[in-house]
Amino acid sequence: MSADNAYAVELKGVSFKRGTRSIFNNVDIRIPRGKVTGIMGPSGCGKTTLLRLMGMQLRPSSGEVWVNDQNLPTLSRSDLFDARKHMGVLFQSGALFTDLDVFENVAFPLRVHTELPEEMIRDIVLLKLQAVGLRGAIDLMPDELSGGMKRRVALARAIALDPQILMYDEPFVGQDPIAMGVLVRLIRLLNDALGITSIVVSHDLAETASISDYLYVVGDGQVLGQGTPEELMNADNPRIRQFMTGDPDGPVPFHFPASDYRTDLLGKR
Amino acid sequence: MRKHSLMDRVGLFGRAGIDIVSVLGRSTIFLFHALLGRGGIGGGFGLLLKQLHSVGVMSLVIIVVSGIFIGMVLALQGFSILSSYGSEQAVGQMVALTLLRELGPVVTALLFAGRAGSALTAEIGNMKSTEQLSSLEMIGVDPLKYIIAPRLWAGFISLPVLAMIFSVVGIWGGSWVAVDWLGVYDGSYWANMQNSVTFSGDVLNGIIKSIVFAFVVTWIAVFQGYDCEPTSEGISRATTKTVVYASLAVLGLDFILTALMFGDF
Amino acid sequence: MQNRTMEIGVGLFLLAGILALLLLALRVSGLSPTASTDTYKLYANFDNIAGLTVRAKVTMAGVTIGKVTAIDLDRDNYMARVTLQLEKAVDNLPTDSTASILTAGLLGEKYIGLSVGGEDTLLKDGGTIHDTQSSLVLEDLIGKFLLNTVSKDAK
Repeated sequence: MSADNAYAVELKGVSFKRGTRSIFNNVDIRIPRGKVTGIMGPSGCGKTTLLRLMGMQLRPSSGEVWVNDQNLPTLSRSDLFDARKHMGVLFQSGALFTDLDVFENVAFPLRVHTELPEEMIRDIVLLKLQAVGLRGAIDLMPDELSGGMKRRVALARAIALDPQILMYDEPFVGQDPIAMGVLVRLIRLLNDALGITSIVVSHDLAETASISDYLYVVGDGQVLGQGTPEELMNADNPRIRQFMTGDPDGPVPFHFPASDYRTDLLGKR
Repeated sequence: MRKHSLMDRVGLFGRAGIDIVSVLGRSTIFLFHALLGRGGIGGGFGLLLKQLHSVGVMSLVIIVVSGIFIGMVLALQGFSILSSYGSEQAVGQMVALTLLRELGPVVTALLFAGRAGSALTAEIGNMKSTEQLSSLEMIGVDPLKYIIAPRLWAGFISLPVLAMIFSVVGIWGGSWVAVDWLGVYDGSYWANMQNSVTFSGDVLNGIIKSIVFAFVVTWIAVFQGYDCEPTSEGISRATTKTVVYASLAVLGLDFILTALMFGDF
Repeated sequence: MQNRTMEIGVGLFLLAGILALLLLALRVSGLSPTASTDTYKLYANFDNIAGLTVRAKVTMAGVTIGKVTAIDLDRDNYMARVTLQLEKAVDNLPTDSTASILTAGLLGEKYIGLSVGGEDTLLKDGGTIHDTQSSLVLEDLIGKFLLNTVSKDAK
């Protein structure tokens, strides 16, 4: 049923306010099925918020969030939890359950959502851990892992239930070059091998552009541009250009809005 | 110092009122979702057992030690006051009634708020700040059922049990001081107590009090953790709030309950 | 294995709670398992019950045989009507038995003492004891004593 639709996730006219501050204003985003889509933008522009809107952990002030042909804001609390079984999220910190070891962390979604026998759970967990290259770390506790390893265990947990949609929240932040390379490869590999839809939210330009089939650039509560990485590199929009080339000053000013420097220095208080 | 006009002040006051009402509403919906609705305690008995251990069993030592000391102090104080009226035999009665009606439920609830309540807030707040709660949600597990509900039930069960243990230990502690040390006749310590303490009046009312306190303290602790700002300052603020709010709620409710139970109107 | 110690710990904890409840019931409040025996009711009218409270004990020859369950004012004769709940085992009280309000020690609480009369007919459930002795009111006593002294001095 859902496979007919070329888009796995569609945001239609979504606005989101925090208090009185508007974070997103009438945003339309469509995530093509089976591809890696990057969502980029400067820090603090609400990329993570966008991800949370897609998982309905935040409720939009207005607009529709269609995931697998279900409009999430209209679902009941329990239907929503069912819908989320088809989504996997890799959180920025990994978010492993600190009181469970690596094996139990990956086994957790299987235990709560399936009635599989213990041997089968073990096999699946080993399979997923093998995929992220951490089968040897099976007995370690989360606090014994490095940041990159945590993220990979979390990735194994996110794919434990074979989700249709996998979302990555800033997967490259704070990783050394090797861990970053491993993650980049894993994201692409999992997407192609499992045929899932991947959404990568990041401000790391080079890595995101290298694995994405399609890119969105967000800022100022709007979609500034979209297209394939090549299209965006050659875009005319000065804001996109600035972001893609990394200029310190431009449409996004170096200075936080302030009154005139001269009058501030010389003027009387 | 910024000056506020009268209208500003009225506005601030109004906003504070609205904030309080909204927190009250939020916490009630939170409690409702956690305790009722689909599925009861997610994950079942094993999770409850684990929480009973960390909330109840781990609080046992502080409860028993404080209980013994408070019972002993009550006996000492009671003896010195009562002996000036020549009625030191009534010391058992005084210790028992004080513990059963007031100090048992109240002191246990205060200690519980400090020991288990703050731990609950910090634990849940930490889960929130490390995105473990979000991650549960996205795995399709309701954290209200899986994390919150077992902790709430563990608190509801543990505190009354702890309060009863506190009272018993206190009464025996009092008997050591009064009987073995100060030389009150063993028979009159217990007989006076049994004559004046009634099961339905004193013991049951004390238990009812501790059940009410258990409900309020656990609710506050768990909600503060769940609702806290997910940063380290947010967690430490929430932990402080838990202890302050829970203690105030216990003392305030104690007055109301005492008036209802023993007030005779 | 670690799970096992946790289970045992929780089990012991709950057992300790039950034990505490039992101790509170049996040892502290003196509730005996057979205490809920059958009872019957008697009424007694007093001129003055000052200081008597509900739940005060009712004794005969120093043995507790019941308790006061209610105290009201009888509108018709302006007397205090006290409801006594007595053990069924003591159902052989003659109709002319006496009820008096006594005090345990100098400052102690008030209780009701029953003493037996000589009639052959017995009080039944819901019967009334007519022969009563009211509470000793300290102010009245002092008042009388003063009055006596004053009148003596006047002579």
